[in-house]
Amino acid sequence: MTDAVAQPAAVANAAPDTMAWDSRARRVMMIYLPLSCFVLILLFPFYWMAVTAFKPNAELLNYKAHNPFWITSPTLAHIKHLLIDTAYPRWLKTTMFVAIGATTLSLFASTLAAYAIERLRFRGSPYVGLGIYLAYLVPPSILFIPLATVVVQFGLFDSPLALILVYPTFLVPFCTWLLIGYFKSIPYELEECALVDGATRLQILRRITLPLAVPGLISAGIFSFTLSWNEFIYALAFIQSGANKTVPVAILTELVTGDVYQWGALMAGSLLGSLPVAIFYSLFVDYYVSSLTGAVKE
Amino acid sequence: MSVTTLPSPALAQRQQSWLVRLFDYRPFLIVMCLAPAIGLLAVFLTYPLGLGIWLAFTDTTIGRRGIFVGLENFQYLLTDPLWWGAVFYSIFYTAVATFGKFALGFWLALLLNNHFPFKSLLRAIVLLPWIVPTVLSALAFWWIYDPQFSIISYLLVDVLHWRTTNIDFLGTPWPARFSLIAANIWRGIPFVAISLLAGLQTISPSLYEAAMLDGASAWQRFRYITFPMMMPILAIVMTFSIIFTFTDFQLVYAITRGGPVNSTHLLATLAFQRGIAGGELGEGAAIAVSMIPFLVFATLFSYFGLARRKWQQGEAND
Repeated sequence: MTDAVAQPAAVANAAPDTMAWDSRARRVMMIYLPLSCFVLILLFPFYWMAVTAFKPNAELLNYKAHNPFWITSPTLAHIKHLLIDTAYPRWLKTTMFVAIGATTLSLFASTLAAYAIERLRFRGSPYVGLGIYLAYLVPPSILFIPLATVVVQFGLFDSPLALILVYPTFLVPFCTWLLIGYFKSIPYELEECALVDGATRLQILRRITLPLAVPGLISAGIFSFTLSWNEFIYALAFIQSGANKTVPVAILTELVTGDVYQWGALMAGSLLGSLPVAIFYSLFVDYYVSSLTGAVKE
Repeated sequence: MSVTTLPSPALAQRQQSWLVRLFDYRPFLIVMCLAPAIGLLAVFLTYPLGLGIWLAFTDTTIGRRGIFVGLENFQYLLTDPLWWGAVFYSIFYTAVATFGKFALGFWLALLLNNHFPFKSLLRAIVLLPWIVPTVLSALAFWWIYDPQFSIISYLLVDVLHWRTTNIDFLGTPWPARFSLIAANIWRGIPFVAISLLAGLQTISPSLYEAAMLDGASAWQRFRYITFPMMMPILAIVMTFSIIFTFTDFQLVYAITRGGPVNSTHLLATLAFQRGIAGGELGEGAAIAVSMIPFLVFATLFSYFGLARRKWQQGEAND
């Protein structure tokens, strides 16, 4: 009741500086409010993951007695279970090995390809570039069945090596396009000078172009690393034995057992599996954003 | 001893210069530079693509070489209600999720294009859902959609008292379909928003100033400046988004595996179920190949439908 009486007075008071108030309130309503909703929703699953990972089971399954949004007695039991009772460390190691291997291979192949397409310019080089770009549009969902037979033919089934060889199919097109963009931004005069001074093409690539393209190489590298770390369908189809699985596949196929899900361990596994890319990402945010937007703009 | 070693530096020099000259010979260098990339793509992309189309016309199973059966696999698919269900849900999933991603992503990009403190930090945070492995965030969604301990149900029932019973997110077809779409939108917003933000930042402020002088309202500025200027980048981002949403696999496989009663199968998950889990490689390949016409159509539609300006304005295609 008192509210209803007090309100008109407040409005009357605010009337003189209504313009300033109006624009500030408008800004809050139009920008800050929706923005905080977005951030809240985009981050909530991570918060929920983290909260679940450190909650003891008693709290996890009893919302009546414990506020589900908070932990009253945090525990490391789930993480301990994960690291000691399961092959989680092994999965982490495999994933790291695969991600680093695939990234190195793709960076090597795409640097050379981008250099050839952008700098060695030959007849048909735009078409080769276009072909590589089109390769990026072929989704893994179409390829995984025939690729499985190819992998078996090569005798690589159930081996992490298969993943290292297969991941470049989506990494190379992306990295090549990113690096073509970077090479374009390096003045050609620098290379001409070196040519006049008698440097060979490979020397130019090693001594001049690559050092100048380091930001591009970093972008391509972290992008490839993240994409390989996150890859799922190939790893699911080509790896059979529990020990050789990558983290995303292993959590889903090895930790989900029976009807009663161990949510604490599952979320702890998801959290630990996301951490490497999240840390990597936080170190290189700017490269990341520039590579994402650069690749789209190309 | 000394006699035998004497000519070796000269020889090495000559050999080296021969090698150096070979590597400085442009055609050779071009071939060498392109070989790793083209080789990898040919063996692990082009060849499997062709092989997949071939497999679709055979009755290959795991462990048995198939024989050519013509269109039999496709004829079977046309009579298979599960395949039709997957086609329906793939299209529905792509349409609704793409619409949601672009509406919300564009909005978020417009919001992020304003000036406020901690802008770059916020931009970094916003991209997180896109960075972490999809399967792992899908697991978080699975837990959020739990029938008994869903936090959303808890909010609606025990905190807000809007409902009296828990929502059965994944147990019945339509709620399960929309739950998956919501998770897909959540994952897709950051990519769309950050890409479009990059596009927004390239629009010259002088255009807005000119429009403001002419008395254009905020809506008119958006409709006649922002939107047309964003068309090219919108077309590219949408093409990518449609392709990768239509062929999505991870989210559905992680959360519902196509259930309940096969109502949430996408073509990719159905292909996996038949081809790898069921061992019918030929049939799985046929399902995968049946995605191609949809993809080509969607790509042409989104790309040429949106990127009209190129030939309308007669610009060079670069």
